[in-house]
Amino acid sequence: MPKLSINGTEIDVAPGTSVLQACEQLGIEVPRFCYHDRLSVPANCRMCLVEIEKSPKPVASCAMPCGEGMVVKTDSDTVKKARHSVMEMLLINHPLDCPICDQGGECDLQDQAVGYGFDRGRYTEAKRAVEDKDVGPLIKTVMTRCIHCTRCIRFIDEVAGTPVLGGIGRGEHMEIDTFISQPITSEMSGNLVDVCPVGALTNKPYAFTARPWELTKTESIDVMDAVGSHIRIDTRGNEVMRILPRLNEDVNEEWINDKTRYALDGLKKKRLDAFYVRKGGQLQPVPWQEALQVVADKLKATAPHKIGALVGDMADAESMFVFKHLLDGMGVANRDCRTNGARGDVALAANVFHAGIAGIEQADALLLVGANPRYEATLINTRIRKRWLQGTLQVGLIGKPVDLTYAYTHVGASAASMDELLKGDGDFSQILQKAARPMLVVSAALYARPDAEALQAKLYELAQKYFVKPEWHGFNVIQQAASRVGGLVLGFVPSAGGMPAHAMVMAAGDGALDVVYAFGADDILPHQLGKAFVIYQGHHGDALAARADVVLPGAAYTEKTGTYVNTEGRVQQTRRAAFPPGEAREDWKIFVGISHALGQPLPFVTLADVRTAMVTQYSALSHVGEKMDVSWQAFGKAGPVDGAAFANPMTAEQFYMSNSICRASPTMHECVAMVRGESQKKVAA
Amino acid sequence: MKLKHLFLFEILRGLWLTFSYMFKRKVTLNYPYEKGPISPRFRGEHALRRYPNGEERCIACKLCEAICPAQAITIEAEPRPDGSRRTTRYDIDMTKCIYCGLCAEACPVDAIVEGPNFEFSTLTREELYYTKEKLLANGDRWEAQIASNLAADTPYR
Repeated sequence: MPKLSINGTEIDVAPGTSVLQACEQLGIEVPRFCYHDRLSVPANCRMCLVEIEKSPKPVASCAMPCGEGMVVKTDSDTVKKARHSVMEMLLINHPLDCPICDQGGECDLQDQAVGYGFDRGRYTEAKRAVEDKDVGPLIKTVMTRCIHCTRCIRFIDEVAGTPVLGGIGRGEHMEIDTFISQPITSEMSGNLVDVCPVGALTNKPYAFTARPWELTKTESIDVMDAVGSHIRIDTRGNEVMRILPRLNEDVNEEWINDKTRYALDGLKKKRLDAFYVRKGGQLQPVPWQEALQVVADKLKATAPHKIGALVGDMADAESMFVFKHLLDGMGVANRDCRTNGARGDVALAANVFHAGIAGIEQADALLLVGANPRYEATLINTRIRKRWLQGTLQVGLIGKPVDLTYAYTHVGASAASMDELLKGDGDFSQILQKAARPMLVVSAALYARPDAEALQAKLYELAQKYFVKPEWHGFNVIQQAASRVGGLVLGFVPSAGGMPAHAMVMAAGDGALDVVYAFGADDILPHQLGKAFVIYQGHHGDALAARADVVLPGAAYTEKTGTYVNTEGRVQQTRRAAFPPGEAREDWKIFVGISHALGQPLPFVTLADVRTAMVTQYSALSHVGEKMDVSWQAFGKAGPVDGAAFANPMTAEQFYMSNSICRASPTMHECVAMVRGESQKKVAA
Repeated sequence: MKLKHLFLFEILRGLWLTFSYMFKRKVTLNYPYEKGPISPRFRGEHALRRYPNGEERCIACKLCEAICPAQAITIEAEPRPDGSRRTTRYDIDMTKCIYCGLCAEACPVDAIVEGPNFEFSTLTREELYYTKEKLLANGDRWEAQIASNLAADTPYR
């Protein structure tokens, strides 16, 4: 434990702590550009210079480990002069175009130039100019502004794991570019905008549209995947302008994926803003009372066993809870939240990421089964890569070989490999046997196979053999839908005698179901539902809404305060950042409206009523921000497992098109075009 | 003392002062045919200026919007097809404006200025909601005078 003195204050730090980190622990601000907590330390901006006694020159504090008895000064005249000089050097080639720069107002260079810079410039010679690079539809570059801190290079190498950026040329001629002028196809590329301390890399779709000081910031949760990343929604008026990550070490650290960040323009397109009823083959806008009455009359006139209820991927727990009450009142048993066609055991034990996302950092062996975490749950993949970079994690994959940004052993392609592992054959079973904290990571997409129950039984057996130990629980499931775990907690699954989602769709196609109430169930294709009367409730005019007979406009995740449970079983809440457009309203209100039209009013008036009732019934949902306790139990039913290879659960193209908001987003369509273009280039090469 | 009161001495003195102005130079102006001199710093009607090549100066940095104490300015911006940063909307609510001149002071490119014109009364309230077109037209109309005013004030800024 080195003990040193900083500005006269003594501090003990852990060995290996840098002087800059020690200063931070004391709350002393040291300016920096290239240093970033989660990236390697290149010490090339020189802004963090401090004076250390007995050292002839100022020292870059970010790269200097603390030593016993060091005497550090961060506020001496030498340090001030050094900062002035470094800042003056950095500004020599910076264009000082803050008024037209999107980073203006939240720029590290701007802030630090004011805080630590010299108050006038002495440089009168010509400045250098650098050509802008085209790096795809998400990031706008103004390379003249670049100060060569190399944070972007290190981020894309280390965190994203797609090393496409680099510094070309030396000294005055250094430029940051992609190898070779290709777009950045990483699904984490949006974080480059946050990482860049100046305005060299900025958010392209957001370009020039708003200034940071005019945005209202709302802290919320993402629902694009089941990770539930913590986000900040920036709105101006009623318009969502951008989405930024929020720090949460347990879930997303300080990153978010591109879908979370850039799909927001989908919130302004193809929105359902009125109640529609199909009249004479055409959907006609009607007053909401009329639409709710049509729904109520239809539900009343239909036998309960002829009604099916489906809940899609982005539903909040409150809405599902009220919906369930409505269905219970009518005696409808056909209900399901697993619109991806999943079957098998609905026990939470078989459906959550037990070890937690932060738990990956303790794992020493990891077996992926049928999963592609890079696209199913990008931030879980980022965490695996972070652990893998530390050097002692062995990763194995059963399923289709895909690029995961880290090296892995391809154990096998199908369930047969699981049998081998169960027998203890093969090299990877040795690795698992030796591992103290092994993890099994399964994609929930596997549960959509017809042999899901048998597969689950096999997974349980595998988990018991290698992964579940007295002090360690290594069975983990990656869900793809933000609503799924919440739906399972609420028991939004077929009750006695009811059909699951895949059976409901078949039944509707065969004419056995008369009414299908699809609440945001965009996974269901319109032609699958046959001649059934379709009630669609949701926020986007996706394919199913066009097929529906009644359309009820709901609120998107930025427009409601709702509870979501992520794939770990962590209860989290979104907050309303904007109001839904037009006639659209929060979904639970629509269900309550229908209950009134049915003549069986539900006892909910405010959201607080719903939440109180929900938390009373499901106390697990009361601890917001905490991971719920999920008891481990046997699941699945032994039986024959299909020997077919596991399919890739999500490709890059599917990643950008995974829900109705993405499908309405022009930026996401551009990303798909980019991914397609790149893969075509690879085929040609 | 009482004598002074009796002969209304103060009244006479007042009357004399009034009478003496009959022989002084007149300060009344025959407005609108005559107008008083105004300072180069006069803060009148707003205008958006252009560069000599006709390109509008405003770059949508929104500093004027941010500094406006009356929140009279509304700006919306997006990239122009050529990629440059320009406003799509630049509105000033002249009924809210308090003519403090902070917008002109904040402007890094001298785009928004308060010109010498003070005669812009209107018959309806709506006419005082200035749009970008109106402000640019003002700029074109007053450019010569605005430019000379700015030049005259430059040594003191």
